[in-house]
Amino acid sequence: MNRLHILGLFYRNIILIRRSVPKLFGLFGFVTVALLLWGFLTLWLQDLAPGEAVPDFIILILSAFIFWSLFDLSQRSFGISFLEEVWSRNVINLFAAPVKLSEMVLGFVMVGVAQAFLAFFYVTTLAFLLYALNIWTLGFYIIPFFVNILVFGWALGVVTIGLVVRFGPSADILAFFIPFLLLPFSAVYYPISVYPPVLQTITFALPTRHMFEGMRTAISEGMIPWQEVLWATVLNVVFVVLAFLFLYWMLHLARTRGYLSRLVHD
Amino acid sequence: MAVLCVTDLTKHYNSFTAVDRISFEVREGEIVSLLGPNGAGKTTTIQMLLSLVSPSSGEIQVFGKNLKYHREELLSMMNFSAPYSLLPYNLTPREGLKVFSMLYGVRDHNERANALLEEFNLMELAGRKIGQLSTGEQMRLCVAKAFVNTPRLLLLDEPTSSLDPPTARQLRARILRLIRDSNGAVLWTSHNMREVETVSDRIIFLSRGRIVADDTPGNLKRRFGEDDLEEIFITIAREPIREPP
Repeated sequence: MNRLHILGLFYRNIILIRRSVPKLFGLFGFVTVALLLWGFLTLWLQDLAPGEAVPDFIILILSAFIFWSLFDLSQRSFGISFLEEVWSRNVINLFAAPVKLSEMVLGFVMVGVAQAFLAFFYVTTLAFLLYALNIWTLGFYIIPFFVNILVFGWALGVVTIGLVVRFGPSADILAFFIPFLLLPFSAVYYPISVYPPVLQTITFALPTRHMFEGMRTAISEGMIPWQEVLWATVLNVVFVVLAFLFLYWMLHLARTRGYLSRLVHD
Repeated sequence: MAVLCVTDLTKHYNSFTAVDRISFEVREGEIVSLLGPNGAGKTTTIQMLLSLVSPSSGEIQVFGKNLKYHREELLSMMNFSAPYSLLPYNLTPREGLKVFSMLYGVRDHNERANALLEEFNLMELAGRKIGQLSTGEQMRLCVAKAFVNTPRLLLLDEPTSSLDPPTARQLRARILRLIRDSNGAVLWTSHNMREVETVSDRIIFLSRGRIVADDTPGNLKRRFGEDDLEEIFITIAREPIREPP
């Protein structure tokens, strides 16, 4: 591993984020709008719901929203870091540089971590100011979920890169679409008991299901459901390995069939 | 000493053969031009040398090591410039050169970026976004990037294609000086025959993926009975595979 290679990629992305208003909006704007939307919806539900259920109800929905935003951001920031190289026709320069694939991925992970911490700090502060939701009271309970959410987002980011390498820049829509595709099946805003039995079995393979189900338990019962954390972690390891194998396979195909040069011409 | 040694290099895309069993060497301090009509296989060859495209068969050795097994180590001693791969439009030239210095493992990346901005007369543009520069300025920057790691093997794909004649001449002179200073080797492609004649120690003509001639400019002229490289180019482009008389 060459530290300079990783820092070079990190530096390149940080310049872009710092300088670009649309990118800053992507980092803070969407989440602000969505937090307002979910906040108002929750306030309305608060009026409808019976009194005793209200405190849990608010914290469950808004916490779920915050963690889902974090997952969405970690996947998106990863995919977009690579897409940025494609859009700016820099991808050939990058693949012709002596940078290992693992260094490239680590560079993007660093960008993802920086963005995730910034966004998480911002959105939790905003949620506290607007709705008096203090997610930090969960303390150490949130750490396993926080880490698992980021890692699964990156695994899907690696898959996004593989798809863009294989199908070209037109596959960039996937960078935004993949999390949305998983949203209904991840039990983010409702428990898995609402799913039909078949779907309960199928969704078992999704780390996000275990993360959000576990997070709900942590919030409502004040304890870490280790079984859910364990399943989320094991599945995450499997997904990360599969994602890397997929990316290596796509790169092999791209080099064999000449797709890499097509990335700057499409 | 052979810096680059290509043996029986072949690339098939399904039934189409882009490069067909080519073999050649580039020695230390040598500038070799790779010429041929459009579709002759020049860009595919360069992309295989940069490991952007995997060869169907054959071998590429750089400094005696197989590129397939020593990719990162060998790419750190090489660099390239091509008009289809300019630097990111959303960085400034200083940032772009700094980023690529880092990606090529140059420790004093700030100093290197500044030295190249000076060397290629880009200091005045250093703070502007690359996307706001003219095509010629971007091309100059792209060539400057090719020197971030003081490469020992440089692949230049039409480095002066979008430059006006005085700027092209200046850039050529600068490239030649930097290469001679570092005793590097260059594989150069161009459609400008005067440029090729000026810079090349040796010329390799490709046609339909095959090498049809490999010699010094003077020997090629004698062999084809022409005073002008352009005429040789046209002859080869018209009758691609036939050997000269």
